[in-house]
Amino acid sequence: MAEPAVLLNAALVVVAGWLAVGAAGLLRPHATALIARLLFPLGALGSIVLTAVGLAALSAPPATRILPIGLPDLPLHLRLDPLAAFFLFLLGSASTGISVFGAGYFRAGAGTSPGLLCLQYHVFLATMAMVLLADDAYAFMVAWESMALASYFLVTTQHRIGAIRGAGFLYLLLAHVGAIAILLCFGVLQGGSWQFTFDAMRGADLDATRATLAFALALLGFGAKAGLVPLHVWLPEAHPAAPSPVSALMSGVMLKTAAYGLLRVTLDLLPFPLWHWGAALLALGLFSALFGVIFAAVQTDMKRLLAYSSIENLGIVFAGSGLALLFHAERMPLPAALALAATLYHCLNHAMFKSLLFLATGSVLHATGERNLGRLGGLIRRMPWVAWTALVGTLAIAGLPPLNGFVSEWLLLQALLLTPEVPRPFMNMLVPLGASLLALTAALAAYVMVKFYGVIFLGQMREPALADAHDCGRLERLGLLWLALACVLLGLLPAPVLGLLDGVSAELLGASLVHPQASSVWKLVPLSAERASYSPLVFLLGIVALLGASALVATRVYRRRVRRAPPWDCGFPHQDARMQDTAEGFGQPIRHIFAPFFRMHRELPSPLDAVPQYRVTVEDRFWSLLYLPLARLVTRAARLVGGIQQGRIAVYLLYSFLTLLVLLVIVL
Amino acid sequence: MPTMPLSGQYIHLFASVVLLLSFAMLAQRRIRTLIDLFALQGAALVCSTTIVAWTGDQPHLYYSAALTLLLKVIVLPLILYRLIDRLQLRWDTETGLHIPATMLIGLVLVVFAFGLAQPVSRLAGHVTQSTLGIAIAVVMLAFLMMITRRKAVTQVIGFLAMENGLFFAATSTTYGMPMVVELGIALDVLVGVLILGIFFFQIREQFDSLDLHHLERLREE
Repeated sequence: MAEPAVLLNAALVVVAGWLAVGAAGLLRPHATALIARLLFPLGALGSIVLTAVGLAALSAPPATRILPIGLPDLPLHLRLDPLAAFFLFLLGSASTGISVFGAGYFRAGAGTSPGLLCLQYHVFLATMAMVLLADDAYAFMVAWESMALASYFLVTTQHRIGAIRGAGFLYLLLAHVGAIAILLCFGVLQGGSWQFTFDAMRGADLDATRATLAFALALLGFGAKAGLVPLHVWLPEAHPAAPSPVSALMSGVMLKTAAYGLLRVTLDLLPFPLWHWGAALLALGLFSALFGVIFAAVQTDMKRLLAYSSIENLGIVFAGSGLALLFHAERMPLPAALALAATLYHCLNHAMFKSLLFLATGSVLHATGERNLGRLGGLIRRMPWVAWTALVGTLAIAGLPPLNGFVSEWLLLQALLLTPEVPRPFMNMLVPLGASLLALTAALAAYVMVKFYGVIFLGQMREPALADAHDCGRLERLGLLWLALACVLLGLLPAPVLGLLDGVSAELLGASLVHPQASSVWKLVPLSAERASYSPLVFLLGIVALLGASALVATRVYRRRVRRAPPWDCGFPHQDARMQDTAEGFGQPIRHIFAPFFRMHRELPSPLDAVPQYRVTVEDRFWSLLYLPLARLVTRAARLVGGIQQGRIAVYLLYSFLTLLVLLVIVL
Repeated sequence: MPTMPLSGQYIHLFASVVLLLSFAMLAQRRIRTLIDLFALQGAALVCSTTIVAWTGDQPHLYYSAALTLLLKVIVLPLILYRLIDRLQLRWDTETGLHIPATMLIGLVLVVFAFGLAQPVSRLAGHVTQSTLGIAIAVVMLAFLMMITRRKAVTQVIGFLAMENGLFFAATSTTYGMPMVVELGIALDVLVGVLILGIFFFQIREQFDSLDLHHLERLREE
């Protein structure tokens, strides 16, 4: 067991290393081969070290350090505790795969040069690590804003395209709105002591109103980063705009920093939990999850679909943390620990499978130049590596056992089913609704993923050009394999993973989930064996045995009368790719069932049209209900203020001069 | 009037020189002479800072004085001379300036500044008490100069003179700012002048003149 201080230093060395690797990219900004073959693998090496550091620090006592960097008298306070360690582990393990993939993926092209991209990418990684390590408000905000800026530049890699600049601007705008909310939240949290270290905030004296204000600001700030409805609008714009490894990093890891921030503020910095915060988080999270998955079902752009699915998953994460908060406020340590473990587990899982799927869409995009689901199809025959690894990710995100998505959703459902023990009749009535919403979301997620996988990889190719698609390169395969393997391992070994998460819940909630006698590598028993247990390895063995037996029966026992014949073609012998179910067609039932969620424009052809056209656009209601009126209001206010703009410098100087005079008179 | 130590009298002397130079700048139409006056004001500032350092036993103020000498008496005037030579403005004058009216407004501002400084300087307990009023007056006069001028170069000189006033306020009331802040401001001023110099060339490229009323077209309708 390493010393905690050594672990913190190791994490800082990784951060410095990433910054150095990024700076090295600037030396030869157009040497694509050098950057791809040397710098990105070096960055991946840093990720591996960080993974190990996070893993070791999960069960170590907290370590702190003060770095004299920055403004005078404002050194950076850093702290590595189990919560930060868990998210560092997540960052390291996900970015290892993404960096390895990126080594094969990034190439010279229009937009940002590879060297600059390398700098932005590694600064993004380093600042995410710093967000997790920060132990005072200054360090946190500096890292948080640098992270937002680095990711903004990464999103606008193809900055010559107007739509991408627009997406980047929307992202930057919401990131800043969120950052202001977080800043104000820290301002409330310091509670009059004007000390901005997290240690001082833990001891600050807040009354319930101020604490609730701080919670609301944190929810707004971190919700904007996580894409919580109604602050989700940047996600479906920014994710498709960014290069795929960046989308993977943003969706897989950056969104988790928002979850980290929320957990840090609610469970660590705020002096006490209140049950209605948890209820609000739970409701918002569940609504977000349902909203995200419904919109994912009607998308026709593969990266937009994944972006909406990220909204769904972060909704689940927020619902889980709300549940943990609720139990914690009611002094129910074991259920709280269970909900927290489910939340963290889901963060980790989502980092793995969503990164994997985004990377797979990147490979598809490189091979075909197509993001539109309507022009893809049948790629499993041309791109077997991508298709099979993506299958693992698809099954995982759909929540099928024995993969990892199932474990966290099952744990969360177990936690939700414990709410009848909460001594509040009103909550008791509402929570079954929450459990059913979660189940509905999980089922719809599976539906979405069938669409995603089926339309891209299965069936016939919808465009002749797809026949030239090539499989991805070696490094890209390695990255995909790493993440797929993580999905499988996290699914098969839930009990050891929960054991690791125990340090976090011990730190934040003072409760431990682990029952050494009940749980084992074979069997996961979250609370008691009478309630529920899950044995993924047994499940896997069962599946393998069943498949093996079937294969055996098919090949050995039943060996006669094999004949080859065309399958039944419904009496219509000529079949082509256009007859397959399309992405729109597959999503159509959802569009009808959940029609009130959407703003739909449909143009239906009349029977008499010579060239019939069918067109449908599905929009987010939040645009017309919330964002457009807000934008109009801002424009009107700007017009009003614009009246004082005279164009003469002397007048402007006069404005400042008069302001100065008035202020001086007031002050003295 | 109670007698004052000699050093205090010297500080007052240089303070009034700084104020006098401010008025001179306010009334000066010729750009070249304006730069001379600015350099002189810097020199007066250096003298008063040195005396404050000596009497107050504040060794770090010597560094400030040296920095001021280097930057405001030597480097910035040189840059400005080069600039007006390159822009062929050496003999340019500022037109459309009503000097008596400006001077009258300036007088009112000085009275106002002394009124403002009264409560503060009663609190401050050293030799440089009444200089705070002068410092505030210098800042305001420089501001007034920026407002009344129409040429870009004179505006920059006004900006620099305003910084002189701030610096004077800092040395006369609190024995100077922390060295870090001072270095930062010095660097800012230098960089600011360089950037503005670049802007001059750009403005002239666009409008064939450095008269700022051409920029009035740039507002959003």
